[in-house]
Amino acid sequence: MAIDPSYYRDIILDNYSYPNNKELSDDKDYHSKHMASDSCIDDITVQAKFKDGKIADIRFDGKACAISTASTSILTELLKGKTIEEAEKIIHNYNHMVHGEPYDPELLEDAVVFEGVSTQPNRIGCATIGWKAIQDLIDEDLKENAAKEDAQ
Amino acid sequence: MSIEHNIEKIRADFPILKREMSNQPVDYLDSCATTLKPQQVIDEVVRYYTYLGANAHRGDYEMSAQVDYAFEGARKTMADYIHAARKEEIVFTSGTTEGLNTVALMVVKQLLKPGDAILTSETEHASSVLPWEQAGCEKGCPVKFMKLTEEGRITIENFKASLDENPDVKVVMVAQVSNVLGYPVPVEEMGQICHDRGILFVVDGAQSVAHMPIDVQKMQCDFFCFSGHKMCGPTGIGVMYGKFELLDKLTPVFFGGESNARYYKGCDTLILRKTPLKYESGTQPIEGVLGMAAAARYLKKIGLEDIHAYELSLKKHFLDRAEKELKDKIKLYNADSESGIITFNVYDKGQMIFPQDMASFLSSKGIAVRSGQHCAKLMGDIIDAPGTVRASVYLYNDINDVDRLVDAIKEATVEKCLDIFF
Repeated sequence: MAIDPSYYRDIILDNYSYPNNKELSDDKDYHSKHMASDSCIDDITVQAKFKDGKIADIRFDGKACAISTASTSILTELLKGKTIEEAEKIIHNYNHMVHGEPYDPELLEDAVVFEGVSTQPNRIGCATIGWKAIQDLIDEDLKENAAKEDAQ
Repeated sequence: MSIEHNIEKIRADFPILKREMSNQPVDYLDSCATTLKPQQVIDEVVRYYTYLGANAHRGDYEMSAQVDYAFEGARKTMADYIHAARKEEIVFTSGTTEGLNTVALMVVKQLLKPGDAILTSETEHASSVLPWEQAGCEKGCPVKFMKLTEEGRITIENFKASLDENPDVKVVMVAQVSNVLGYPVPVEEMGQICHDRGILFVVDGAQSVAHMPIDVQKMQCDFFCFSGHKMCGPTGIGVMYGKFELLDKLTPVFFGGESNARYYKGCDTLILRKTPLKYESGTQPIEGVLGMAAAARYLKKIGLEDIHAYELSLKKHFLDRAEKELKDKIKLYNADSESGIITFNVYDKGQMIFPQDMASFLSSKGIAVRSGQHCAKLMGDIIDAPGTVRASVYLYNDINDVDRLVDAIKEATVEKCLDIFF
């Protein structure tokens, strides 16, 4: 079934105008990643708190374009509460989608609104800046856990 | 020549204007980033590849002599173009950035003492500031920033005050025209002040060289760097002009084939070739040199004063329409700058449309503009915006190009900027 593009557009617009989880936390349990795009002015910080192999919370803040802001807002809701494994699968599918490769739309929920980004290659960076940050935070957490296990 | 009366003929010189972008005739308003190339330049590049062919300054056969003649002729063309006293003051580089880096490395290492300072401004391009920051850091030569007016202009009064406050300044580094706001800098008066105080004066000509007559002697600059691609020439080629006595005194940064006359084993045996060849190690982009000279001839023939006046007339047309039709729609940052650069942000019901979203929307209308900080990351504080949209007009743009921009801005909303994704 074809979805009315204006429905997708409204979801992006809503997440741009009223972003979810757009406030950083002072809690020291959060990992933090500052992303300053090297090709544009998007400048955001993403925070994540990991607990028992799950992403307990994700937050972000910064100045960025509609696509960066909305895609990061959607990811904070989508990945919250997911296990690391589930989150990585979603990120992998999302990256496939924005590059125009086969992906599973079921996994992506609202994030499917960014499917059209693959037709605007110079905006892929905007649609993935927050996603790269959360992947970096996951990698950091996995590394820390591995180091802890080695120490035991 | 009157560009307005010859605009169709001039546009016909630029074959790329026949192409489309987003299924519409391309409306190229990003000449600050790079200019389009006329057929005359393309033909000259092709002539090297299809006829001249040989290396420069190396062979003893007729073909190579023809290349030498063309290459050194191009040096003379570039010297005349910027009104240098002699052609030996023209050193070919890969562009403005390499030129400015070379100047910074040589000057800091060979002429400055620890504690000597470099004075520049916050409106400068990264290629002007960073080479001095990096070279100066190691030696303890700080980069200082001069006072600007509220709108980001350099004035002689502020410049003098900054020099008085900072007697340690030994180098002044400015762009003749800022690439973000397009304010021309009073380089001739600044050059005189630097000259009187024994300060080295370095000018970045990247944004001026294609847009106004250049006279390096009148501005009394010690170095003047620019790129070919911003003046209708090829990419990968540029000029580092230096006063002959300075170029002759300094030692190059790079060494190798072509720049040496004799050498034996050991670092103190090198005898360099004469200035400027000592600065041109390795094979130069010969087709670039010839193409850049063809571009200089092309622009001279049209007339730099006429080009400047034409750019201002296009900008005025934009401003006139903006005044009437875009009152609550845009914020202009440089209405009064005497250049073809128009820097702005677009608003939708009081909300700023993020510059990159706006640029993508304009792209969908076939209009090419730049969005962001334009390599001048210190500018944000002056204009109080995270970034801007920059449209820059040049001699091949016509009134229709400007009208299309105004019409598109009128139409722009946040929603429409997102429609391009569906």
